Amino acid sequence: MLSFDVLIVASVAYVIVLFAVAFLAERASDRGGAKWMRSPIIYTLSLSVYCTAWTFYGAVGFAARSGLEFVTIYLGPTGVLIGWWLILRRLVRIGRAERITSIADLISSRFGKSALLGGIVTVLAVVGTTPYIALQLQSVTLSLSVFAAADPTAVIRTSPNSTALWVAVGLAVFTIIFGTRNLDSSERHSGVVMAIAVEAVVKLLALLAVGAFVVWGLAGGVGNMLAMIDTSPIAEWSVPNSRWIGLTFLSAAAFLCLPRMFHVLVVENSDESHLLTASWAFPLYLLLMSLFVVPIAVVGLNMLPEGANPDLFVLTLPITQGQNGLAVLAFLGGFSSATSMVIVAAIALSTMVSNHLVAPVWLRSTGEGATVSGDLRNVVLMSRRVTIAVILGLGYLYYRLSGGGAALAAMGLISFAGVAQVLPAMLGGIYWRGATRIGAAAGFVVGFTLWAYTMLLPSVGVGTILSASVLEQGLMGWHWLRPRALFGIDGLDPVIHAVFWSLLFNTGAFVAGSILSTPSPLERMQASQFITALDQGGISRSWKHGVAEAEDLLLMAQRILGATEAQRLFRAHAVEQGKSGYLPTPTPTFLEGLERALSGSVGSATAHAMIGQMVGGASVSVEDLMAVADETAQIMEYSNRLEAKSEELTNTADQLRDANLKLVQLSHQKDAFLSQISHELRTPMTSIRSFSEILQDNALSPSDRVKYATIISGETQRLTRLLDDLLDLSVLENGQVTLDIETGTLAQVLDRAMTAADFGGALEIKRPRNADTILLTTDLERLGQVMINLISNTRKYCVNKRPVLKIRARLSGPDVELDFIDNGEGVPSTHRQMIFEKFARISDEAKAGSAGLGLAICREIMTNLGGSIEYLPGQGGAAFRLRLPQNP
Amino acid sequence: MRQHILLIEDEPNIVEAITFILLRDGWQVDAHSDGATAMVAIRDTKPDAIILDVMLPNKSGFDILGELRADPKTSDLPVMILTARGQTKDRERAMDLGADAFMTKPFSNSEVLEGIHALVGHK
Repeated sequence: MLSFDVLIVASVAYVIVLFAVAFLAERASDRGGAKWMRSPIIYTLSLSVYCTAWTFYGAVGFAARSGLEFVTIYLGPTGVLIGWWLILRRLVRIGRAERITSIADLISSRFGKSALLGGIVTVLAVVGTTPYIALQLQSVTLSLSVFAAADPTAVIRTSPNSTALWVAVGLAVFTIIFGTRNLDSSERHSGVVMAIAVEAVVKLLALLAVGAFVVWGLAGGVGNMLAMIDTSPIAEWSVPNSRWIGLTFLSAAAFLCLPRMFHVLVVENSDESHLLTASWAFPLYLLLMSLFVVPIAVVGLNMLPEGANPDLFVLTLPITQGQNGLAVLAFLGGFSSATSMVIVAAIALSTMVSNHLVAPVWLRSTGEGATVSGDLRNVVLMSRRVTIAVILGLGYLYYRLSGGGAALAAMGLISFAGVAQVLPAMLGGIYWRGATRIGAAAGFVVGFTLWAYTMLLPSVGVGTILSASVLEQGLMGWHWLRPRALFGIDGLDPVIHAVFWSLLFNTGAFVAGSILSTPSPLERMQASQFITALDQGGISRSWKHGVAEAEDLLLMAQRILGATEAQRLFRAHAVEQGKSGYLPTPTPTFLEGLERALSGSVGSATAHAMIGQMVGGASVSVEDLMAVADETAQIMEYSNRLEAKSEELTNTADQLRDANLKLVQLSHQKDAFLSQISHELRTPMTSIRSFSEILQDNALSPSDRVKYATIISGETQRLTRLLDDLLDLSVLENGQVTLDIETGTLAQVLDRAMTAADFGGALEIKRPRNADTILLTTDLERLGQVMINLISNTRKYCVNKRPVLKIRARLSGPDVELDFIDNGEGVPSTHRQMIFEKFARISDEAKAGSAGLGLAICREIMTNLGGSIEYLPGQGGAAFRLRLPQNP
Repeated sequence: MRQHILLIEDEPNIVEAITFILLRDGWQVDAHSDGATAMVAIRDTKPDAIILDVMLPNKSGFDILGELRADPKTSDLPVMILTARGQTKDRERAMDLGADAFMTKPFSNSEVLEGIHALVGHK
């Protein structure tokens, strides 16, 4: 009989070897060498943390109890890996892009960096993993007891609790030393991964060795073995389809959602292409692990006494056959399975607890100003160590509560179902843009509650938490709330029952919550990041020529950088491209420059995403981005309060810049004005010069001579008028005009104006009847000038055959209102703004016979008189309203 | 047969002056004051050269020139641009658009005649 001490020595020696492997691997990786450590094979082997003591010991027990059903536990992960491009690739891509550290981080990050969701998933994961840890404790305790007991085949029902406690303490210390030696922001542990890979090989070899021994050493070859299997009761087990489908689905879900699996699959993944290798290599590994399960179970059932624990066949078969070496190897294989699971699970969970429970609380309690300092670092490390101890403590507690007698596989399935509650939110999060934080939280709470009620609580034993009456009669005596027959649906397999209801309601609550709630801008942003993770290609970050409108980009940039800065940036790029204005062509160079500028304010990922959305025209709307931009602006405003001083300086600089801009505009206006004047002067001069040259010809007839001399004279007068008008306008505009204030009646002013406007011909003027009664104290001469202009405009532009100009006068408070309305076609609405501008003429030049300064002068005069002139719409013909104070 | 010049100008006195000196020099002259009707006239009468003012009602001289050059039937029709704004920018623009000659107002009569002779050649 093998001495128990030898076993302890072997275990300790094995652990020391593992430490050495981990230590050397970590050192090699720190030095940047040993590329093979990041090879796809190591990655694949690290995935074997899926194969725990449950697989090593429990699969045989599972097979002995339920036939081929154990295969379902391997089918799920196999399916996930073969379809790696469907979910895993997306997860890995997202994990890389968003620097995801755990499954809680994934969920939190996807739903707008929600601290609440991170916390929920963490609690869920810790509780869900507890039975699983208990399973490992139980298997190690059991296997030790096998060696310790005098008769190794004796039924081990009540295992020594002290052994389990020591195992728990030992594993806790082991994990703390292994997993929390240092902090790395990427949460990658090359040493641990290496040790896990070694353990993967050890457990595979151990199981293969036991299997080979059983087939060739005990059964007498493959042929005999097959015959034995044929006659054994295992072959007759038939598994209900619902359980096949249910368990396969459950194991697939657990493979994705178990914190430790997520950790090795996503967080420790250093290269996406490793998935390709793992997609065939890991199913192969699982196949090898399960190859001898049925033979061992069959031979165990045949050779060992009735009632021997089938979970321990792997160990008891070699021992009863006196194969001590093989027994030790088998023990180490089981030990490897248990320890690797506990280490990775505890590391993953402690990361989640410290990041999503401890750190937020600690930061809140120490005030908002805290940064990631040495303090926090210590808090995080300490919290991780404590968490690991607590997790193993919980596992031990569960082990004690459940009595340590449950089948390993049954305990594992409880965990699977628990962590599977994360699945709807996880899949929804990476595939469904409409999934929201509220929906995810609702799904978690509902699913988790149902799982705990239907599966976890009943499992820890009747009377511990749930009383027998609740189990039999339902909660508060409501029959339809019986934990194992919800809604009165009886007769379902308990596992399927729990999984079905919890996931159904979980998904329902998730979908309903998502549809009914509105995601915040940050959530929408993250949703878009996650859902388009594959489209972004991950690596190529350079911009192709996009379809973004420069104006849209400017609008966005102004919200983030502030208007002045954004305009400066755009203008600089426009100038560089040889364009005027603020809108450069969105070339790749410009987009990269803009991205750099934006990333200074909102971070590079957001900047890239924002421009990506605008350039790529992806389905996040511009409005969404604007909302994000506004939010960012608010945050920036908050943090910028300290920079109030520099703000003032910036404002001053802005004002100077604005003033400069105005000067530039004025200069442009001046250029346009001079160009106009040039035209107005040159036109009459052209006629004058041309006809003067013609007059030099002696051969002209006398009548031609008179005609051309008359034209020259007319054009000269036109020039004089223009110069007069310009000077007048200049005086009026500069406010240098001296007003000659007199008092007189409106009738007097009108008489003078009508005479001066050379009233005659066809135009009929209807004077206001009250003209005699209205007394005005103002510059009557200037007011008359305005009236002359209005009358002569009517003469020029009124197209009616019988043109009529109606003048109305009315007192309005202290003001006098004078309307001049003709019966022509009026001024089109598009021109009404510009007719008062200098050189504005809407009909052709020849007909006007003037330079288009009339109304501009009128406006200046009215302003100088303290009144106004406006176009009066809706009067049929052209209509102008003068308004001026009756007394100054 | 007399060579045919189309004059597009909206200032009546300038039309009168240019028409006079061209007729006296032995050309046939048609004058239009509106850009839109001028385009129709050009297509119908196929003049030997065009004198084109820039500032016209409804359609600027530059627009007309652009349309002429875009149409293969009129793309090599000789065009002399007249302008009263007299800025180098206008000259550049006229040349870019494919004007054959550019004359700033006020001009001397002999300049205009020389320009027209150079454009049409002594056929």
